[in-house]
Formats: sequence, structure tokens, C-alpha cells
Amino acid sequence: MTAYVLRRLVQSAVILLGVSLLTFLLLFALPADPARMIAGRSATVETVARIRTELGLDRPLAVQYARYLQRLARGDLGRSYAQKVEVADLLRSRLAATFYLMLGGIFFELLIGLPAGLLAAVRRRTRTDRTVMLGAFLGVSAPQFVLGLLLIYLLAYKVAVFPLGGYGTPAHLVLPAVTLGIAGGGWYARMMRSAVLDVVHKDYVRTARAKGASEPRVLTRHVMRNALLPVVTMVGLDFGTFMGGVVIVESVFGWPGIGQLAWQAIQIVDIPVIMGVVLVSAVAIMLGNLMADLAYPLLDPRIRYG
Amino acid sequence: MKGKAMIVLLGLLLALVLVPAAPPGWGQGGGRSMTVTFKDDVSTLDPAIGYDWQNWSIIKSITDGLMDYEPATTTLTPHLAESYAVSSDGRTYTFKLRRGVRFHNGREFVASDVKYTLERVLNPKTQSPGAGFYGSIQGAKAFADGKAGGVSGIKVVDKSTVSITLERPNAAFLHTMALNFAHVVPQEAVAKAGADFGHKPVGTGAFMVKEWALGQRLVLVRNPNYFLRGRPYLDQITFQVGVEPNVAFLRLQRNEVDILGDGIPPADFVKVMGDSRLNKLVAVGDQLQTGYVTINTQVEPLNDVRVRRALNMAIDKTRIVRIINNRAVPANQVLPPLMPGYDKAYTGYAFDREQAKKLLAEAGYPNGFRTTLFANNTDPNPRIAQAIQQDLAAIGVRVELKTQAQSTVIEAGGTKGQAPLIWSGGMAWIADYPDPNNFYWPILSCDALAPGTWNWAWYCNRDVEKMVIEADAMVQPGQAAARAAKFQEIYRKIMSDAPWIPVFNERRYTMHSARLGGVRGIFVDPIHIPVHYDEVRVIGK
Repeated sequence: MTAYVLRRLVQSAVILLGVSLLTFLLLFALPADPARMIAGRSATVETVARIRTELGLDRPLAVQYARYLQRLARGDLGRSYAQKVEVADLLRSRLAATFYLMLGGIFFELLIGLPAGLLAAVRRRTRTDRTVMLGAFLGVSAPQFVLGLLLIYLLAYKVAVFPLGGYGTPAHLVLPAVTLGIAGGGWYARMMRSAVLDVVHKDYVRTARAKGASEPRVLTRHVMRNALLPVVTMVGLDFGTFMGGVVIVESVFGWPGIGQLAWQAIQIVDIPVIMGVVLVSAVAIMLGNLMADLAYPLLDPRIRYG
Repeated sequence: MKGKAMIVLLGLLLALVLVPAAPPGWGQGGGRSMTVTFKDDVSTLDPAIGYDWQNWSIIKSITDGLMDYEPATTTLTPHLAESYAVSSDGRTYTFKLRRGVRFHNGREFVASDVKYTLERVLNPKTQSPGAGFYGSIQGAKAFADGKAGGVSGIKVVDKSTVSITLERPNAAFLHTMALNFAHVVPQEAVAKAGADFGHKPVGTGAFMVKEWALGQRLVLVRNPNYFLRGRPYLDQITFQVGVEPNVAFLRLQRNEVDILGDGIPPADFVKVMGDSRLNKLVAVGDQLQTGYVTINTQVEPLNDVRVRRALNMAIDKTRIVRIINNRAVPANQVLPPLMPGYDKAYTGYAFDREQAKKLLAEAGYPNGFRTTLFANNTDPNPRIAQAIQQDLAAIGVRVELKTQAQSTVIEAGGTKGQAPLIWSGGMAWIADYPDPNNFYWPILSCDALAPGTWNWAWYCNRDVEKMVIEADAMVQPGQAAARAAKFQEIYRKIMSDAPWIPVFNERRYTMHSARLGGVRGIFVDPIHIPVHYDEVRVIGK
């Protein structure tokens, strides 16, 4: 088990290196010059050239990348071109908010998706099934921007149950998390439905029924437990994507997460910040996958890592 | 393990259900304070570096320059300077400084602080976007190149006198001393904060930074020792960032917000202006802005002035103004109406498709030609670019649209031979200072005819350049009228060369809560965007 985790971590490091190299190359392939963005419109040619030298942007790409890695190895992510603040500080200031939104989003995805999917599977090919699946379809297809604004308008403006966007208390978390939950819940419902349908006809379910287990016990102990495996994978993936920032929901609700930071940095080609955000999301995605993989044996003792 | 996870989940659910909806406790501060919302983070507050419309006026409230403007006007007035004198050759300015002014750290402001501040801006290590404004100070270049330890043209005469000598006269020099870049900062505070000075700024200004939560809010408090008596009126300003403009608009209607930093959301604009209750909260004014299409004077067939004039006649500007809900007025010249040198008598190129076609035929393009128009991809710019495309199609010019990210368009504009036409929206010229030469040097001059500048028309007329240099030498106060007249002539000549299609001058619409007031015009101050923070008062609850 430990060996497995270690191997995975080494693999992750290699992938991270690849991600950083690829991002670095892409950023420099962009037809945009960060020095010019910093220098602003009134700058003379000399000013732009001086800024480029100061940032080391006039060096060969390989040298720049090597320097970046050197600093990265020391835990130094550099300074934002625009804000002139340590990228690490910028990321740190937003990680907590991103983490809460991730938790809240996954919570509502599961809260909405799992019961809906189970219900649809148990009542398959009935009107209930079709209604639930239509709802899931709408949830998945609704643009988050529209959904978020609608929720704000109805539940924060018309009826002031929740605050009008912002960050700070659990109440602030509900609407953005529900917005994520509605969209993601649709996916979970569809996945749960098909996973349950896969399982209900298995021999061990018939055996459980045959030995006289009650229907709720059959559903929770035998059906759900086996159907949850793909769900765990999805949660792992969501952990990664949500920790990388959910740009639209964050901007609608004024949630100070990583996504907002990324969006602003991209507008002005703030390379150190973009690199930082990409690395954080890459780490999060790998962590999410690793956690999902480690959770499998807990749910299904047949799975072992040697 | 699974049981534990369930407990955690249940706990989270309970927490969410049991925690009552918190009252929106971070809204209007009540008392003499106000809340301003922005979508984007406030970036640095270092006056040598900050150069976006959002931090520009916040910095103005934290730091001061030797010169400033009368609130709500473009009239220059001495500020940290008590008075100034110009030498007869127009090259040396001597400033007498106010005595007894103190920085936020308690130290008295003296003449050597002015020298330090300007040298800091000129030092390449500072990476100041404003360095170019001070490049004409004697010895500035040698200093920037590292060949001199200081700028020889800046002399500390005594504790409260400083003199600045220029290479050549520049009538806009006093304006550059009002720019944020020249706002005075104390050396010891910069040294102490190091690279973080932009987040711990120290100046002499009306407000001081109290709290800055990255990505959430910036709180300024009143400087009790501010040297202008009675200012500022407010005790505290909270800037909330990350607020979506549509949500900010809802919050303003619920009295949780005082000023919409990003303006009225476009989708709500018509509704607001048509609502007798809401439109009372909107201040309307002009700004020093022109939206234009640059015509690359170096690429075929746009290098023919007849073609450029034809394009000028082909654009239906009133229709474009309608597209943006009449938030602008059609323009016929480079300078906006608020700018000295604006030519009321000039009529420009009238909208006339027949005449345009005739000119194209004369130039050898009776059937038009193909070309490309670059534009910023944020609304409403693609829609405006499409209108331009349709207008040009009507005279036979087939335009391919390239709507791209701002940074990409800027790069294309500054690359020789790359962009035939660029719609400037989203990047349009808003004056740095209210002097007509600011619309010339960075964007229309031979001096800026180089890769990477904003002279996207790649325009250069040596005769015009000579006239501008002459006009810039008219530095004595008595020459102001003659200088304005000279600039009218200059811009008429430029329009005759037609490197631009001036399209419109945007107007400002600032929405604020009913409890705010102050001198008329401070909510659409031409220098302070969105509002002049030092001059805002609370008049209601």
C-alpha cells in the first residue's frame, strides 16, 4: 500500500513537471507580450525594453524555464506582474474559499444526485424516472451564470433568505454551492441510476433478497455499496476541478476563489500567477484521483493495491 | 470509515441548515463611510506602478502630487506645491512646497522627497509604466541608463524648494506633475516595505490603507492630519472586490452598496434610465475619451489618403451610438469635447456613401477591396465591429473581423504591417492628463512610430510633429489660448491625413446611493474614475 502511494507520488511529480513545461511553452506561444501589458499604453519603446529586461523576458526560453524550476524547487512561485505580490500569497489568500466551495459543491451534488439517481433506478421506466432524468438533464444543461443569477435574484433579492453574494459566513456558501450542486447533481443522478441498474440484477443482490433481507437493507448494504464505486471516482475528479477554481460561479457570487484569480491573470498575461494556478489545479486533480483510488478498497474489499 | 464520512456529511448538512441566514453585515458602513464595488481585484497601490482606471483614483486619495486639479474640472492647481514659477526659456520650473505637510508615517514632507520620487519612477528597477512622462527631464536618460547616480535636472534648492529643468519646453509638464507617477512617497517607507510597497502604500493623501484582504476588500480610513482643511468628508471607504456588476446593481437597490465601480450593467441601462426613481441616482458627464478605428497608413491600399477618407465617410456613427444605448456622442475629430483644443467649428467627414465610393474609384478601387478589422472580444465591441463591417461592405470594402483578447489586439496593433484596421473599443484612448498633446505623442506621433507602441495607425507627419513641438514650447500662462488654437490647426491637419475614423466620445454614467452627495460633478469627475473619493459626502442615512 505504502509502496503504491509512493509510486503514485513519483508519477505525479513527473506529470507536474510536464504540466509546468507545457503551460510555460503555451504562455510564450501566445501572441501577447507581458512586458507591454505591464508598461501600459503611454510607455515608450525604451520603457518596455527595460521592463522586459527586468523580468528576464529577454532571455532564451530554456533559461527562463530553468530559472522558474530552480525557484519552484525552493518553493518560490515568483511575484505577480500586475499586483507585485508573491504568487504564493495570492494563492494562499484564496485557497480557503476555494476549499469551502469545493466541499459545499460536492455536498450538494451528492445530496441532490444520489437520492435522485437511486429513486430513478428503483422506479425505472415510470413517470418518476422520466421526471427525475428530465430534471437531471436540465440541471446539467442550465448555464451556471443564469442559474446563479436566478438563485440570487429569487433567494437573496426578492426574498432575502441569503446574502447577495460575498464570502464570510456559512450562509454565503449556500447559493454558490447549490448552483454547483444542481449542475453536478444531474451528472451524479444519471451515473447513480445506471450504476444501480447494473447492480440490481447481480447474483448477490438476488441472494440477499432470497435470504430474506429487507428491501432497505438490500438497497443500502448490497446495491448502494457497489454502485458507489463510480461515484467515488467522480467525487475525486470534482475535488480536482473545483480546487482548480470554478470561474463562473465564483464571479457570479463574488466568491474569492482560485478561479477569479486565474481569470484576471489570463486577461493581462500575468505569467507567474497563471503558472501558480495551473500547478495548484494539477496538484489538486492528482490528489483527488489518488484519494479516490485509495477509497476503493474501503468500499470493495476485492480491490487491493500490492 | 464509511460511517465516519456519513457523520461528517450529516454534520455539514446540519451546519448549513442551522446557521441562520447571516444579515449582510458587510454592506454600507453607515455613518460617514461608503462602499464601492468592483469586479476585479484592486492591483497595486504604488503610485509609481498603478496604471489602470480602477486603482488610478484610489491612489489619488492616498498620495499627492505637487499639482492637482480643481474637483470636477480639468483646471490645474498647485497642491503639495504652494506656488511655482516658470523660467523665461520655459525649461525650468521652480516649486515652492507647502510646509508642515506630513506623510502617514508622521515624517514631514520635504523637497528631497520630490527628487527621490521622480528618480524612483525613472529607475528601470521600479518598472514604472510612467517613466516615459519624465524622460524629458534633463539627465533622466543618463540616470535610467545607469550612467549617473542622480537626475541632474532635479535640484533640491532648500528644504521647501525644488527646481526641475527640462531638455526642451513642454507645456504639459505641470500636468505630468499631477499624474500619480509623480505623487510623492517617503524613501524610508518604500525601503521598509520593499516589493510590498504597493500593498502598504504611504503618502500624504486624504486616506490611509487600514485593511486589505486580497480578493475580498480594501478598506481606507481618513487621514486625520490631511493638509487640506475639511477634507476628506468620509471617515472610511470600503472597496469590495469580486462583485459581479449585476449583483452589485441589486445590492445598490437594497442599500448595501453606495457606488457601482464598474458602472451600470449594460442589460439594465435602459431600464435604469427610464425609471424615475433609479435615474435620480445616476450622474452623467463627459470624459476625456475618444473611440476610434485606426487605419494603418503603411499597408496597401490604406496608404492612399483617398481610401482613408473614403472609409471615414462610410461609417454611420449615429447607428453605432444607438447600439450602445446612446451612452456616447458621435465624434468627428481626435480630441474629445472636454479637451482644450477641441474644435467646435470643425465638421469632419460627413456620412456619405456616394462620396465614399467616388473617392474609392478615384483611388483605383471602384469595386472596393478586402481588409481586416481587429477588435476586442468583450461586449459591446464585437457588435460595434460588426456595424463597422456592414457600413464598409456598403461601399464595397469586404472586412474580415478578428475579435480577440485585448492583449492580442494590442500586440497586433504594435506589430508592423499586422493590423490594417483596429476598433479601439475596450482599449480606447482616455487621456492621462487634460492636455491636447496627450492625444498626439503616444498614439499619433513620429516619436511613437515603432513596434510595441500604441501608434496603431503607424502614422507620422513630420510637419505636424514640428507644429506640436512648437505648441509644446508655448508654456507661459498667457499663451494658453494661442496654444489651443494651434492644436486645432494640428488636429485639422491630422484629420485631413485621416489616420483614424473617430467614432464616438463615451459619456460617463455613475450610479450611486441616495445617501451620497457633494459638489456637482464629482461623481463624473474627468480625472477621478468612478468618483472623486475625497469630495464625496454623506447627506442621507
